[in-house]
Amino acid sequence: MSREEILEKVNEVFREVFEDDSIIVKDETTADDIEDWDSLMHITLVSEIENAFGFKFKMKDVVGMKNVGEMLDIIKEAVG
Amino acid sequence: MATFLELKKNLKKDMTGLKPFKMAVLGDCATQHLSQALRGEAYERGIALSVYDADYDEIMAQITDPSSELYDFAPEAVLIVMCTERLYSDYCRTELAERKNFADNRIKLITSLWDRLLSVKGIKVLQPDLPEADDGIYGNFGLKYEDSFIYQQRRLNFLLMQESAARASVSLINLSIIKSELGNAFRDDKMYFAARMPFSMEALPRIAASVMNTVDSALGRIRKCVVLDLDNTLWGGVIGDDGLSGIEVGELGTGRAFHEFQTWLKELKNRGIILAVCSKNNEDTAKEPFEKHPEMVLKLDDIACFIANWDDKATNIRKIQSILNIGMDSLVFIDDNRFERELVRSMIPEITVPDMPEDPSSYVPYLKSLGLFETTGISAEDAGRTEKYRAEAERVKAMDSFADYSEYLKSLEMKAVAAPFDEFHFPRIAELSQRSNQFNLRTVRYQTGDIEKMSSDDSYITLYFTLKDRFGDHGLISAVIMKKLEDRVFVDTWFMSCRVLKRTMEEYIINSMVKAAADAGYDLIEAEYIPTAKNKMVADIYPKMGFKEMQDEPGHYLVKPSEFKPLVTYIS
Repeated sequence: MSREEILEKVNEVFREVFEDDSIIVKDETTADDIEDWDSLMHITLVSEIENAFGFKFKMKDVVGMKNVGEMLDIIKEAVG
Repeated sequence: MATFLELKKNLKKDMTGLKPFKMAVLGDCATQHLSQALRGEAYERGIALSVYDADYDEIMAQITDPSSELYDFAPEAVLIVMCTERLYSDYCRTELAERKNFADNRIKLITSLWDRLLSVKGIKVLQPDLPEADDGIYGNFGLKYEDSFIYQQRRLNFLLMQESAARASVSLINLSIIKSELGNAFRDDKMYFAARMPFSMEALPRIAASVMNTVDSALGRIRKCVVLDLDNTLWGGVIGDDGLSGIEVGELGTGRAFHEFQTWLKELKNRGIILAVCSKNNEDTAKEPFEKHPEMVLKLDDIACFIANWDDKATNIRKIQSILNIGMDSLVFIDDNRFERELVRSMIPEITVPDMPEDPSSYVPYLKSLGLFETTGISAEDAGRTEKYRAEAERVKAMDSFADYSEYLKSLEMKAVAAPFDEFHFPRIAELSQRSNQFNLRTVRYQTGDIEKMSSDDSYITLYFTLKDRFGDHGLISAVIMKKLEDRVFVDTWFMSCRVLKRTMEEYIINSMVKAAADAGYDLIEAEYIPTAKNKMVADIYPKMGFKEMQDEPGHYLVKPSEFKPLVTYIS
């Protein structure tokens, strides 16, 4: 899966989780950019990303991801 | 089962008009996601659940402080989530010499919290048990070693059962069973450490459903009666076609699944759930297995209300409901046939209609998983309930109307095809000819070869019929064979599958018969009904469809296509 494809799929999950079809995420998107992205939603998001890509984040990833770009890197490494 | 995300989406929906209910959620772990799942699940059940979700680890503070937010909120129920992870860390901090008393000390603390809550009028306590987790320190030996965590944990779960039994307003929630079903998926290790969440997102909808089952029953929404179909539901096969020796129920082969299902139903009956039968059958035929089949677990005595006739099932269920005089929302209707389920669901929205799995071996596991029979208590009266209702049922006689049945039929968007026999359909026509006993006017049996011959013989008019509706395709369900005589055609054969009864297919077929005869240049149709032990249901079909009985030949009927008015049908 290319990084672009991963980004596209991640974007879909964001829209689903935040119930907002206008969301467009980029590498530099952080929790500050999306209004509802609090710690509670972060857990939901992490879990839905896992379901969408069929892998599990590590604990340090869950708490350590700084932005969408880092999330993509982790996914890319996990799913190839 | 809905997913967490699906439940979460319910939170934005309009809750006006739903039944309000207030629940406080306290936990020694993170409970926000659980609260979301609970509210979403409540919406599914028509409850507008408002939740006071206390901050992390405030169980003691909220319950013991009389001026806490908890009491301000005035909840109807308080859910106290204590996770095994915290229990274990408390155990580890316990002096070695005290560990054998760990569970007993803990239950004292828990019951004191319960009793404090119960001192407030109207509060109900919902207490999940503690899903097992062995710490691996003692291995199997831990099971017989009082000081081990597994020993103390199991003891605590047992004490929870014992202490809650003494308090009517405390309900336990069986988290252990959810964990044993989900296994490792019950927990997401990293989420416990990263967010203090002891349950995985996958487990949340199940936990929410289990809690809401208990809330539902506390609100008096309990199921009291199971209405059962017979053929392919209580036994394998069709009693009217396959006969007493042909149906499957018992210790052998696939009959086992039905045996198990009946055993489960019998347990429900013993508990006080009323069993009723609603079957499209002649009553005598339907009762025969209950009376004569040696391997039937259920006997006639177990059935409070037995209705077998050829009316539609919604009408019959209304009859059962009025005989038993219980709320429609306390009925569960179980039928293997999707058409019947949809009909009942659309005509009686209050009734519960589980979507039975196709494979009978999954009947019991599926029904168990729905938690339909949650209750908050059992009374001595429960066990004798069937007897009481049986007596009542015998007093009330059958009578009925088809409320909006025609509207329902229209909504099905049924489409039929009538066409002369063709090669592709020979085997299916022969099969139906061999198997149809009930809807079979003359019960002449034909093999594939006979069917083939008649289809190419000019002295016969042949028609087969297929039917589909918006739920699916029923395939070939009926066939008609008419023999051309000098001045008339004679209906040699008409049989039809009972699965499509009473949907105006009969009318559609008669219309097609008349048209086919007229098209062939005939203005007289003669038909005959030959009674057998099993085809009583069609004894009057020709006169009902506008045919006139011949005075000199009883059982023979005539109709003239030129004088025939097409019958009303909802099939195009």
